[in-house]
Amino acid sequence: MRLAFLALFLLAAQPAWSEDVEKILLRDFKPRGQATMDRVLQDGLQRLCTETDNNPPAEVAKALEADQMKSISFPPGALIGDWQRGEKIAQGGRGLTWSDRPGTPADGSCYNCHQLSPAEMSYGTLGPSLLGFGKARGNGPDVQRYVYGKIFNAKAYNLCSQMPRLGHSGTLSPEQIRDLVGLLLDPASPVNR
Amino acid sequence: MRLLAILAASLLACSVAAQDAKKEIQRYQQMIGEGSPVELFELEGEALWKKPQGPKQASLEKCDLGLGPGVLKGAYARLPRYFKDADQVMDLETRLVHCMQTVQGRSAEDALQRVFGNEDRPSELEYLSAYVAGQSRGVPMSPGTSQPKEKQALELGRMLFFHRAGPWDFSCASCHGEENKRIRMQDLPVLANPRDARPVVATWPAYRVSNSQFKTMQWRLNDCYRQMRMPEPIFASETTVALNLFLTATGKGEPYRGPGTKR
Repeated sequence: MRLAFLALFLLAAQPAWSEDVEKILLRDFKPRGQATMDRVLQDGLQRLCTETDNNPPAEVAKALEADQMKSISFPPGALIGDWQRGEKIAQGGRGLTWSDRPGTPADGSCYNCHQLSPAEMSYGTLGPSLLGFGKARGNGPDVQRYVYGKIFNAKAYNLCSQMPRLGHSGTLSPEQIRDLVGLLLDPASPVNR
Repeated sequence: MRLLAILAASLLACSVAAQDAKKEIQRYQQMIGEGSPVELFELEGEALWKKPQGPKQASLEKCDLGLGPGVLKGAYARLPRYFKDADQVMDLETRLVHCMQTVQGRSAEDALQRVFGNEDRPSELEYLSAYVAGQSRGVPMSPGTSQPKEKQALELGRMLFFHRAGPWDFSCASCHGEENKRIRMQDLPVLANPRDARPVVATWPAYRVSNSQFKTMQWRLNDCYRQMRMPEPIFASETTVALNLFLTATGKGEPYRGPGTKR
């Protein structure tokens, strides 16, 4: 509670330039397709990360990470889904843009930023390589929970991470995230073979 | 031990393959540069520049791009800049739309009816951008940064660049903020860094081989925001011009060598 006040105080003490930028965005953007105007409005996390140049004070970050953690609902049972479906979700880059058909399931865009299966040479490097991820860490319940949570809401683990909150934002369904956990942790997945 | 050796060999094979892929991409980029149709767009743009149009049946030859009516040599390299007659900072596309209205007497609706073209039919603004930009080849990029509204736009552009929003929490810096990163195989320039911004601003607008289209900087920003999962920036809005000024000012000094040819 005290930390929340501290966060509020820090935000209030900042020059309100993020708010000014927001007003300009509201004027200079228009809704198109599924990309509606509410998307230009920052949530508290986006504002804090913008205004602190992605370096919020450690105790504020910790408190807000705990807050983000509450957004994650872990499905009961094993979290390892079908790695083959996971691979398709990781390969695809569609979803949420104004040119994507609304209602069609989105993909994870994983290979845009991460190396996963060694067979895929065209991978991005904005995120760490995940090659051999499960082989190095095993696939016990704690690891499953960590991977599921990280994909669902990366900001619960690193407040100003550049990785999208794929579950929290409604991009991926719990089932899709389980399949991605499978891709990362199933011993039969090419990531671990 | 044998397992280790196999592992080392396969790792080596992977990195060799990655290097080969990179070399292949460089070779491909060189090839597409050699067979680029940029000149055709410049020629078509020149014809449009000189063609009488609109209620005033006037050509754009009296359009003032900042160096005086009709002066094209080096004009693009000085953009974006403040224009007194419009009392705002304008980039090339914004100024062209302004001239269509003032010089040719066309309505805003008419001037803006088709700002981005497609493979079959490029837009008038794309042809015109190719022609005007081509007249600055060899001229160092030096956008306006000293007039108060220019300073304001530059500052706004900088703030926009780092502003995180949208369902995926992205800012421009999410992809263009760290050294030596790439999306899939595409290298990402760090656009707040002059070293990376210089070759970028010196080669837009550009012909894009992947979709066989000539594209403007306004389009580049528009498509970045699409991929950021944001709503659509309004063409020639203050936001787009401010971002363009921030990028161009960061890359200033680089002799213009476009219109470029991109993957």
